[in-house]
Amino acid sequence: MKIFLKINKKDMEFDIKGSETVYDILKSINITSVRKSCDSGVCGLCTVLLNGKPIPSCSYLAAKADGGHITTIEAVEEEAEKFGRFMNEEGAVQCAYCTPGFVLTVMSMKDNLKNFDDESINKYLVGNLCRCSGYQGHLRAIKKYLGVAE
Amino acid sequence: MKEVKKSIPKIDGIGLLKGRPAYTMDFAAKDSLVIKILRSPHAFARIKNIDTKKAEYLPNVKCVLTYKNVPRNIVTRAGQGYPEPSPHDKFILDEYVRYIGDEVAVVAAEDEETALKALKLIEVEYEVLEPVLDFEKAEGHKSIIHPEKECHEMFPIGFNPTKNIAAEYNMHYGDVDEVLKGCEYVVKKTYYTHAQAHVTMEPHCSYSYMDIHGRINIISSTQTPYHVRRIVAEALGIPIEKIRVVKPRIGGGYGGKQALHGEFYTALITSITGRPSKLEYTRQEVFESSYTRHPMKIDVTMGADKEGNIKAIDMHILSNTGAYAEHALTVFMVAGSKTLPLYNKAEAVRFGGKVVYTNHTPAGAYRGYGAIQGNFALESTVDELSKMCNMDPVDFRAKNMIREKETSPIFRIMGEGTEGVDMIVESCKLDYCLDRAKEICGYEYKKKNNKSSDKVRGIGCAIAMQGSGIPAIDMGSALIKLNDQGFFNLLVGATDIGTGSDTILAQIAAEGIGVGVDKIIVYSSDTDLTPFDCGAYASSTTYVSGNAVRKAALKMRDMIIEEGAKQLGCSAMDIEFDGNMIKTKDGKEITLKELSTNLFYSKNQKQLISCESFCGEVSPPPFLTAFAEVEVDTKTGKVDLVDYTVVVDCGTPINPALARVQVEGGIVQGIGMTLFEDVKYAENGKLLNSSFLTYRIPTRMDIGKINVEFAESYDPTGPYGAKSVGEIGIDTPPAAIANAIYNAVGVRITKLPIKAEDILKALKEKEK
Repeated sequence: MKIFLKINKKDMEFDIKGSETVYDILKSINITSVRKSCDSGVCGLCTVLLNGKPIPSCSYLAAKADGGHITTIEAVEEEAEKFGRFMNEEGAVQCAYCTPGFVLTVMSMKDNLKNFDDESINKYLVGNLCRCSGYQGHLRAIKKYLGVAE
Repeated sequence: MKEVKKSIPKIDGIGLLKGRPAYTMDFAAKDSLVIKILRSPHAFARIKNIDTKKAEYLPNVKCVLTYKNVPRNIVTRAGQGYPEPSPHDKFILDEYVRYIGDEVAVVAAEDEETALKALKLIEVEYEVLEPVLDFEKAEGHKSIIHPEKECHEMFPIGFNPTKNIAAEYNMHYGDVDEVLKGCEYVVKKTYYTHAQAHVTMEPHCSYSYMDIHGRINIISSTQTPYHVRRIVAEALGIPIEKIRVVKPRIGGGYGGKQALHGEFYTALITSITGRPSKLEYTRQEVFESSYTRHPMKIDVTMGADKEGNIKAIDMHILSNTGAYAEHALTVFMVAGSKTLPLYNKAEAVRFGGKVVYTNHTPAGAYRGYGAIQGNFALESTVDELSKMCNMDPVDFRAKNMIREKETSPIFRIMGEGTEGVDMIVESCKLDYCLDRAKEICGYEYKKKNNKSSDKVRGIGCAIAMQGSGIPAIDMGSALIKLNDQGFFNLLVGATDIGTGSDTILAQIAAEGIGVGVDKIIVYSSDTDLTPFDCGAYASSTTYVSGNAVRKAALKMRDMIIEEGAKQLGCSAMDIEFDGNMIKTKDGKEITLKELSTNLFYSKNQKQLISCESFCGEVSPPPFLTAFAEVEVDTKTGKVDLVDYTVVVDCGTPINPALARVQVEGGIVQGIGMTLFEDVKYAENGKLLNSSFLTYRIPTRMDIGKINVEFAESYDPTGPYGAKSVGEIGIDTPPAAIANAIYNAVGVRITKLPIKAEDILKALKEKEK
């Protein structure tokens, strides 16, 4: 079947199999930043934005995204770097395998969350797992980035 | 100190954050053969017949391997120095399969779909054998897990495969039984620790290709590229010079990638077919067929005199290494060697036990190995003994724990698989750590919290130590090269697995030479191009590799001064070098930029290179004090961690921000292990929770508040005073949380993970 997707601001047409996921599509056009880890759609590593909202690309059917706008970190590098500098200052970029997906969720959180208290932030990001950092440095960096650090 | 003790951003941080190609699979050629592994459905079986014809008939299948057509060389995959303290008990493929998930056959195909299809077409007839699934019944079981005649130990480690014993060790000093008899107070407890999964976000993966010289190049997600080179050569029976191993960026290791996993298969497929090949484990394979932490049963007896002085400690351990004995002896020994010296005033100490094979997923290296198990048992017992002595558990620790400039006979007696080295602890701020952590967390107030409501808070303490590399064994080296216009290449074998070691080694190099860190370009972990390093394990990189870098940097500084003197026509004694300008007292000067460019193109032409190695004579322990505050729901037994406070003595933190995150990350893995992470097996030996849905790791909602501080400390043997910091964070959560639960509700949990139902059961029993 044929679908249309806008990927990182570029309109594209794909001829897909019904079982193909957004992740498969992104790999087919050599997007490296999107990584898979859990094979079950729960770790948050493969997160991309669909119309500005985070989705797990590894388990999101491409057909369902038809007509939508997919954003990966390649398209928001400038903003990612802005946040990234705080992350890096905190030492919170560790193995970084999970980081691109996490950063995209933070971008979405910035636009969609109303209260930036610790609990709301942690709740919004709960689906983005990290095994290295212990999450504390993430929170410190996010609060500095959002200008809500104590 | 200008460049160290400074939180500079990680040098690769922004590139990684932006998702640039950096990891093993990012480098795999598009035309790579895809490797898939057929795995055993039986916990213990012998392959009677295996027919691969139908699979091989598939047009896009290039190669099918079984035990019949691969080299039969027995090795250990442990990824340790040579000779290894782990027995050689693993073939590339074998006719015996020893756990559910063990390798039966290997398929290489043009695409994943074909490889998976081929797996289904392989016909295997098994002789199913009775598995050994209870590690307390493994010794002398009628099923012998390693009946193969080739398996052997590299030096005496108590290996006795006919009894399913992978290793055995016993030591003592003083007469423990006699001293215990004279003790006023004696506590005897048995503890169980469980298997924990590493859960690296990047699955284990390996990619191989053959270069123009016919050499196999392996790009691998490994912590030990040099050991991989040696062990792959040994297993495949090919000359070591035919292999190059490169470690790119790694998506998490925590010990799980110290060992070899897919490298044998990609290397062999590439050597047979001449084609690039890649293998990436599925998440299920990562859980079932890589490693777990060693489960242990630990018996501790500890005695004290009337005044509350610990007089004797007796620790006996039975450890379960699963189907293969990677790190069997060493993990088990560390349970004693990285805990018992904490209470160095004991007159008599005995430590010993056995490590047994079972038909479970193999156990292997995992951050804090042995230490976390031993710490849970020892530090829980210390709390119990303090209560018996009628002393506050924190005061009891302060009275008995090791102090600066002291030693312990354990250092000399116990190494990792061999004898240890004698050592005076030159830096130990444990006393400061204890006082400071107590103050931050409000211990004196919180220990007396109201204990009468349904939700009861409690606070508990544990102290810990680690080492800094394996003394007299672990070696690291560094090479520094001066380039024109005055910048440097730092080449290290050290293996940055996400920890930031490339960054802190650049800081050490910059400090030593006297230049800014922006002048140091780091290249690491390539067996052809970088000098040797044992790899990222045993808390070694900052101390061992860092010392090598410091030596090489100081030598480079001397070389710059010497060459500067020649160009300025004076003696090196008269030269000052401030990192930019080389000048004499009488006003002659040349910049480093000019000097280095002259050295390449116009005057006294030569390449300046310094290369130095370091192998520690001692292994200075970092120390840590932890306080956990919990809230226990007495109606349900549920435990919430409210606050976790640690103060760490890691000597000089080379990069405090990175050191802090190492500690925080370790703590959270330790919390996961304590409260819910639990590798479970079905009755037939199948690992039950092999996905993120069934094996839960901590999320950011699970962990409460974590406070980390560092003590001012300086170890004279460390690079600019540094000791290690990678593992120590993980050691205390089991004991500190168990002690906090005791403080809250008065029940002692001796089995990990600490489950609500166990607390509830203990509370009910207490009521009786």
